[in-house]
Amino acid sequence: MKTLMLGNEAVARGLYEGGCSFVSSYPGTPSTEITECAAKYEELYAEWAPNEKVALEAAFGACLSGKRSFCAMKHVGLNVAADPLFTISYTGVHAGLVIGVADDAGMHSSQNEQDSRHYAQASKIPMLEPSDSAEALAFAKLAYELSEEFDTAVLLKMCTRVSHSQSVVETGERVLPAQKKYEKNPGKYIMMPANAKKRHPEVEARTKALTAWAETTKINRIEAGSDQSCGIITSSTCYQYVKEAFGDTYPVLKLGMIWPMPEQKIREFAAAVKRLVVVEELDGFIETHCRRLGLSVSGKDLFSNIGELSQNLVKEKLGGNVQAGAALDEVIPARPPVMCAGCPHRSIFYVLKKMNLTVLGDIGCYTLGAVQPLGAIDTTICMGASVSGLHGFVKAGDKESAGRTVAVIGDSTFMHSGVTGLINIAYNESNSTVIILDNSITGMTGHQQNPTTGYNLKGDPCAKIDLESLCHAVGIKRVRVVDPYDMEICQAVIAEELAAKEPSVIISRRPCALLKYVKHPGPICSDAEKCKGCKACMKIGCPAISMVDGKAKIDATLCVGCGVCEQLCKFDALGRAE
Amino acid sequence: METKNIMIVGVGGQGTLLASKLLGRLLLGKGFDVKVSEVHGMSQRGGSVVTYVRWGDRVCSPIIDKGQADCILSFELLEAARYTEYVKPGGRIIVNSQQINPMPVIAGMAAYPENLVEKMAALDIQVDALDALSLAEEAGSSKAVNLVLMGRLAKHFDFTDEEWMGAIEQSVPSKFLELNKKAFELGRSA
Repeated sequence: MKTLMLGNEAVARGLYEGGCSFVSSYPGTPSTEITECAAKYEELYAEWAPNEKVALEAAFGACLSGKRSFCAMKHVGLNVAADPLFTISYTGVHAGLVIGVADDAGMHSSQNEQDSRHYAQASKIPMLEPSDSAEALAFAKLAYELSEEFDTAVLLKMCTRVSHSQSVVETGERVLPAQKKYEKNPGKYIMMPANAKKRHPEVEARTKALTAWAETTKINRIEAGSDQSCGIITSSTCYQYVKEAFGDTYPVLKLGMIWPMPEQKIREFAAAVKRLVVVEELDGFIETHCRRLGLSVSGKDLFSNIGELSQNLVKEKLGGNVQAGAALDEVIPARPPVMCAGCPHRSIFYVLKKMNLTVLGDIGCYTLGAVQPLGAIDTTICMGASVSGLHGFVKAGDKESAGRTVAVIGDSTFMHSGVTGLINIAYNESNSTVIILDNSITGMTGHQQNPTTGYNLKGDPCAKIDLESLCHAVGIKRVRVVDPYDMEICQAVIAEELAAKEPSVIISRRPCALLKYVKHPGPICSDAEKCKGCKACMKIGCPAISMVDGKAKIDATLCVGCGVCEQLCKFDALGRAE
Repeated sequence: METKNIMIVGVGGQGTLLASKLLGRLLLGKGFDVKVSEVHGMSQRGGSVVTYVRWGDRVCSPIIDKGQADCILSFELLEAARYTEYVKPGGRIIVNSQQINPMPVIAGMAAYPENLVEKMAALDIQVDALDALSLAEEAGSSKAVNLVLMGRLAKHFDFTDEEWMGAIEQSVPSKFLELNKKAFELGRSA
């Protein structure tokens, strides 16, 4: 049946059809929907793991038990999972193991734009790279065949434009592979030096065998062109830009497997064209390979290694004409993302800013606490870095730093890798104050469950991590819980815990305002008579409040009635309708 | 046929994804090659969002570049103005005249430009502005802005009533079907 599918949905379909039985992932844009869609197939077990390292290790365990398995992550998640990745390269697999990784060139929703293709080369694990949804489905299935034929995990590399574009796919039936049972094999699976030394040559031999496969596979294909003056090597979404820009004018070598790359096929392609060009996003990965083969090639001399490419860019850089439409001669104000009206994070950041504290931030919706007018965050690095960074900042900083520095981290991020930092705080005794912003969901990636919510990926009730007990158990004696909507109490508790001479955790607890089960009291009203236009309510950066003719006005379609602005108004101009 | 391009732009949370889903279904049903490119993640939190819808005999790129859009369907006035460069000469902008202040305007660091409809119309663009929010409220819910705008789009594209209704039925919950159909009709006839 022909249907429109997101690239991520198509990967999930490929997993289903390819006989995958086990999926473990951690959400991360743009990879999240692969696992969400996989969970909709009853035949597939799917779960959210606390982080990507756990997910990959779980998927490896599942493949060892004899089931085809999968895990998905965003590019930075692969950094977290890199430890098992490099050694799984040595062990190989039992049943097939596929690892989905989605890059985010252009940083639509990420803290960097690293190029994951380097991981394939560095870990010596083959990587397939689909260019649309149909290929995403086909390559996911193919990845299992490769995985079992060559005894290797296979990386399936997505990117924002392939993950989040819908295109036409044709679906097929699920085919289960022959049943496998676990087989004890210490030399293959116990990677202590003596065994690993024997496995490494196997890895090198495997790469050679895969290189030979790359020469003949149909997914590395040459498409003829009418004009041999230029030949283009490309892959992924860039292939689509090239075809959009030039149609069938120039010959194209379209690589479906990005590592290892063919040598002979590239040489033959290069020999048949006058000028060789590589069109790829981010780093010159294919280009470097061509140079290693001694070929004269253009690539990053034309195309930036920063941000995304597009059809116009490709056309223009290769000598074509492009015509933009007419721009308005007008300054159009930017529209950055903001915390939603009623977001429980907003008031905490207002308090932190008011107290003039240094705030080490983390990854999640609450990163938006860095945006004006709140501007309350000092750092954002990676998952968990707020807690561990705070420890170092307080330990190494001057005497006052403990009393004026906090870490803020969400519930899901705390489970991902914040708890290890907290263990370090307790173990090495830094006088740190950590604020866990517990909104009872993984917010930024679109409401995924996590170990603190009491529900699993399928929405079934499950064990719920009790944050207070967890903090106590790792050695934190001072654990406080506050309602972020009550700013007076929040400020008092933060001040007390900063003054305390031992580490503390403040749990700021209120569910995300967008959760369906959250009942809101209804919008706040503004009284234009009483409003003096002091703009105190404007300091929280609520999208529902604006100044109209010098008076605060509440947009009743946005306001959920959290009442935070009401607490800021000294003139009683904001309040609930009687 | 030459590939057709529609950009759907708006503010994160306005329901642009439902509009593109509906359009994608309709176009696939007509047998076209279709690509719909969306934005997920951070910008869905009240940021500027763009969805590209492309159809034809063979569609390659999932995105629409500057100078290529036959039509922009904008859920908000400022967002239409942000993307005029993407419209083909002589192309169209259908715009909800609703204004939603972005944070720099709310925070007093920037001004919301004035007379944007007139300024856009002065370019080589056909501008069709309507108050989709009021029409959605008339239909029964401010959340039906997306269906009002789809109705307006229907005026300018040659798809049958049956095709539209089929796609709407597939895309909205049955509980809200009548409301959404009404919103669609109001958008088309306004």
